Amino acid sequence: MSPSALTISGVDKFYGPIDRGVQAVKKLTIEIGKGEIVALLGSSGCGKTSTLRMIAGFEEVSRGTISVGGRQVHTLPPVKRNVAMAFEGYSLYPPLTVRENMAFALKAARLPKSEVEAKVASIAKLLEIEDILERHPSSISGGQQQRASLGRALIREADLHLLDEPMGQLEPQLRAVLRGRIKHFIKERGLTAILVTHDQTEANALADRIAVMEGGVLQQFDTPDRIKERPANLFTGTFVGEPPMNVFEAYVGSAAGKINLRLPDGLSLDYDKDAFSAPVRDQLLSRERVVIGIRPYAVRRSKEGVPARVSANQWLGDQTHIAADFAGGSLVLVEHDRTRLDLGAPINVSIDPKNLHVFDQASGEAISHGMELA
Amino acid sequence: MEHTSLLERILRGAALTLVVIFFMFPIVWIFMMSFQTNETILRIPPQLVFEPTLANYTALITGKLMTAAGTLDIAFMRNLWNSVFLSVTSVAVSLLLGVPAAYAFARHKFRGSEDIAFTLLSFRFAPALLVLLPLTLYFQKLGLANTYVGLIWVYQLICLPLILWIVRGYFEDIPADIEYAYRIGGHSWFATFRKIALPLAGPGIAAAGLLAFIFAWNNFVFALVLASADKQPVTVGALAFITSSGIQYGQISAAIVLSITPTLALALYAQRYLVEGLSLGAVKG
Repeated sequence: MSPSALTISGVDKFYGPIDRGVQAVKKLTIEIGKGEIVALLGSSGCGKTSTLRMIAGFEEVSRGTISVGGRQVHTLPPVKRNVAMAFEGYSLYPPLTVRENMAFALKAARLPKSEVEAKVASIAKLLEIEDILERHPSSISGGQQQRASLGRALIREADLHLLDEPMGQLEPQLRAVLRGRIKHFIKERGLTAILVTHDQTEANALADRIAVMEGGVLQQFDTPDRIKERPANLFTGTFVGEPPMNVFEAYVGSAAGKINLRLPDGLSLDYDKDAFSAPVRDQLLSRERVVIGIRPYAVRRSKEGVPARVSANQWLGDQTHIAADFAGGSLVLVEHDRTRLDLGAPINVSIDPKNLHVFDQASGEAISHGMELA
Repeated sequence: MEHTSLLERILRGAALTLVVIFFMFPIVWIFMMSFQTNETILRIPPQLVFEPTLANYTALITGKLMTAAGTLDIAFMRNLWNSVFLSVTSVAVSLLLGVPAAYAFARHKFRGSEDIAFTLLSFRFAPALLVLLPLTLYFQKLGLANTYVGLIWVYQLICLPLILWIVRGYFEDIPADIEYAYRIGGHSWFATFRKIALPLAGPGIAAAGLLAFIFAWNNFVFALVLASADKQPVTVGALAFITSSGIQYGQISAAIVLSITPTLALALYAQRYLVEGLSLGAVKG
């Protein structure tokens, strides 16, 4: 592995007195390699922004250590950490033009004027803000301010680039274009970036690895693919993925060479014992209750299968989302063709055991994904 | 504005005129009195038409007051200078101490910070006369009575809390992230304070300074008790116009006109600056 760009180890963050105040981050340990793009993904209040601000030095670390490039920084003032940051609230300096705002980030580096000009011009081109360089922050739109703020962070050569919701205010088309460009820009220069976002599309598109956080606790830190295919627990499984994973509680039973996953409303998913790999089968049979999760695109309609009743049918232009009443809850399935199904229409669904995610009923920890143990 | 009817505009104009007349009348009257002699002022009924005279101003500027009983020396110009010196220096000292303190109170919450800030504000609650007696005794012991240093020190009671609390509010209105953005770019907190916080709070600091200046300028009782003739500001100096041969209304009026001129000029000048500063605003965008 490449040398570590950032090491966070055993970090706690309390607002208020230690151990008595509100704990925003709990025992966070993360290591990020040089040149990596990492997304901190989570809902509001999950501790992702607190983490970012501790790295930047705007919040004190209550316990634990943070190192940037092998150098402990958590007690240093922000100025000595050599990190760049794009703020969620833009925080552009009002009396300066967009050009000056970006240039003053370079002031401390004492570059020759021509080089500063060239850098500003290239970043402005990248972010499509060339036409507003001479304007003041108060006279441009939120999206433009956000790009200016992003430019001010990217223009610097820092050990670490921290981007707090860097594209939240942009229009969808522009966002898609800029995602690609920014990723290319970061990769080309070998920068290390940490991105805070609640938008999983953005995390998936930009990040090499995603750290999913909830309640101040790191839930999973892995590549986007593995997070989707092998969620470490029920939270990650249901949080990542659109539409979200279908989740049902099931009693595990076995009879006549079959494994039955008995769902509420007297329904049951029955599989041949041989449909599971031996370790997964053993795990299943050793438990009485589990939680099963199925991605919406893994649910198939079939002639024979478990009955459900359509409760909503939405054509989104490129796929159909069908919601059905199923086992005392709701099941969502995705189909790629336009499907004509009336409300209340009976359907039958089947679920391939290869697509079954099984979680522990009490702890929510993953037990198996398809044929493999978690 | 374009949606108001004619009637509305007329009514608004009339109301504004009334208010202006109401508030401006005493000032206009004083201004007119300053160009009259005591005889024309005290004429009954009072008359709007009179023969203007500059005698009052001449008397003030030369320091020779002609009364029926003879010529009196008055130190009005000296008083005016004292007022300027005391007010300007007090406000300067207050800004020097108060602005960094306001920044500290706005940005750093430390143990007891609210209590300290409130204590400073509470200096303004105490009636001046209550403070004055013990203060006079102390000042006489310390040799501060009747000195500029002593007066400026006492004037901090007036200026410092005002500046501290107004400026603190302005600092709090600046999003902390703007300062963080500057600090993370490789600047110390002091550079951030100087280059980011101070300019952004500039209009607020100017407003607070102006207000403190007016309060200091108008102060009467501190100077009355703690200063003797050569250190007295105009507010106290005006008492000299109550002479044994009557009250010199003309000179008092001229003195008032001269003494409100600096504050008025300052206010008019700063007003333009304040409006400019405010239109910069929109920090959040």
